[in-house]
Amino acid sequence: MQRRRIHWVTPAGVAVVTMALSLAACSSGSSGNGSSSGSSAALTGTLNGSGSTFQLSFQQAAISSFKTVQPSMTVNYGGGGSGKGRTDLASGVVNYAGSDSPIPASEQANFKGKTVLYFPVVIGPITVSYNLSGVSKLQLSAPVIADIFQAKITTWNNSAIAAENPGVTLPNTPITIARRSDSSGTTQNFSEFLEKASGGAWTLGSSSTINWPATSRGGNGNGGVAQIVKSTAGAIGYVDYADAKASGLTFALVKNEAGSYVAPTVSSATTAADNATIAPNLTFSAIWAPGAGSYPITYQSWDLVYQAQSGTQTAKGLQAYIGYLLGPGQKLLPGLGYAPLPASLDQKATAQLSKIGSASAAPSASSS
Amino acid sequence: MSTVTQAGQAVPASALAQRRSLGDRGFQVLALAAGLLVLVILVLIAVSTTQQASSWFTTEGLSGIFSTTWNPAAGQFGALAFIYGTAISAGIAIVMAVPVSVAIALLLTEVVPRQWARPIVYVIDLLAVVPSVVWGLWGILVFAPWIAGFYSSIGSAVKGVPVLGALFGPPTSGASFFTAGIILAFMITPIVTSLSREVIATVPAIDKEGAYALGATRLEMIRGAVWPHSKGGIVGAVLLGLGRAMGETIAAALVIGSSATITSHLFAPGDSMPAVIANEFGEASGVFRAALMGLGVLLFIITIIINMIARGIVQRSARRQRGA
Repeated sequence: MQRRRIHWVTPAGVAVVTMALSLAACSSGSSGNGSSSGSSAALTGTLNGSGSTFQLSFQQAAISSFKTVQPSMTVNYGGGGSGKGRTDLASGVVNYAGSDSPIPASEQANFKGKTVLYFPVVIGPITVSYNLSGVSKLQLSAPVIADIFQAKITTWNNSAIAAENPGVTLPNTPITIARRSDSSGTTQNFSEFLEKASGGAWTLGSSSTINWPATSRGGNGNGGVAQIVKSTAGAIGYVDYADAKASGLTFALVKNEAGSYVAPTVSSATTAADNATIAPNLTFSAIWAPGAGSYPITYQSWDLVYQAQSGTQTAKGLQAYIGYLLGPGQKLLPGLGYAPLPASLDQKATAQLSKIGSASAAPSASSS
Repeated sequence: MSTVTQAGQAVPASALAQRRSLGDRGFQVLALAAGLLVLVILVLIAVSTTQQASSWFTTEGLSGIFSTTWNPAAGQFGALAFIYGTAISAGIAIVMAVPVSVAIALLLTEVVPRQWARPIVYVIDLLAVVPSVVWGLWGILVFAPWIAGFYSSIGSAVKGVPVLGALFGPPTSGASFFTAGIILAFMITPIVTSLSREVIATVPAIDKEGAYALGATRLEMIRGAVWPHSKGGIVGAVLLGLGRAMGETIAAALVIGSSATITSHLFAPGDSMPAVIANEFGEASGVFRAALMGLGVLLFIITIIINMIARGIVQRSARRQRGA
């Protein structure tokens, strides 16, 4: 019995070791194992990123098409949320972080005074999707949306909604609020919109998590909210444009700062970003942007990179990859349900690429 | 003593004893190191999470920590709603799972013939193999919409009735404390059943046969011979199931409704500690993140206390049994 057991253990062990060695050989073949070339072609190395899940499908699509441009480079993007991305960048775990908002004051200290460059990469509208049979066109303004999502307006035929939609017969269906059960940048930006635009009607503040009314229903991720809206008659919820389109939801037209009702589309989102005020470090907010064609609930996401890089190879790799996101990668966006950056913003971001790796390795002690 | 012969050769006793004691000592050191490593890891986890949660403790203070408002937008992080949610959903799970599990265990050991017991045990253990996230997904996509209909009909039926109305009346939602309790009950049944079964199987046959000899019916035999022997172990199994139900994360996060409110309505949406940590960790920063870590520390402490109570009960009943 003992001898028979030993008989098959040895070949099995050899097989396992061989598999492990071959896997290791396969994976090591793709990672950087050559000197960096002086020309812009044929870079090698690995870049790691994490953060915003809003950017996730864009990053995944861009990474696979970037492989055709730079086959020897490997880029990995892990998702996990903007907060995680910023934490990972602060602790040096990743080379770049996707974040839906600039670094908040409470986290500034984690970056130890090192300069962080902001590269805006995507714009996206947040739709106000609803499920109301017989109503194909719905117009809503921020104060009404605020009251709906605070459960102050509870039925669809409320006078406030009817006032904005003359000629539309609204049924007596109760309104079911669909919102996120997990924390998200979408919630943060939607609540920021309501705070800015509702003129005081919104009292729940703006954060990645909101204390929603108890009658609201929570869904996990944009897909979860979309599913609630789709399956519940009389439901209304805020869903990313990409997921709302994928689920075939009906969007409401939202009143913007100029007073016109605008539908969420690729062009109205890009117009909003174009009309937003851009800070010198390329942070901005397209929420409640001026302009007649701007969609007021448009949000944006950046890729954060340290200005000071420890190696020229990493700096070149980052310049190549982020340059790709800002260049040919932008063409991928409409197909994925995002909006591309407006041309002027894209130019400013591309001009900032040369700053990566330009400062010395010592951190800038400008914070005093 | 004298020498020991090995393969015809005489080996002095002292050398043999030295060889033996070296092996023994080596094993002793290894085993001690393994045990200490576990302890060290546990202490490190406790210390590091408490450290990360310290800004929450200092900002909120004791009254803030146990307040009922959880409003990250306004910077308020009170944990009471989640402690309540964890307790209620785990409590519902225990109330539903324990009678069923103990009954199954008794059935398998006392009633069912041995050849049928084995496949039934196999099927119940399969229930334990289902991953937590699959339970949660099934719960939110299939179970919750289906049971929401029952909730609303029960809710409208008992509306206005004094106690029942407060427990089972509106507002009702598919994703609620009760749904989470049911899913958790499904998840802890295999553990409680298999542990109870093992405990009941250790009852000496002599006690059981003695009871039968005195003319006891099966129920009386179970009450008189099986129960006193196994009650400590069963309570331990139940508390283990409770610990599992309290710590269950993904399944609870998907079906509990994510609404940080304290309400007596069991069909209303709520939230529990592990669920809120899983849901809100991604975008949290600063005091928010420290608060979530702090919830983890609280959960840790509560689970340790429950485990200590469980061990105490098991040990006390074992001592009493030995004396009897």
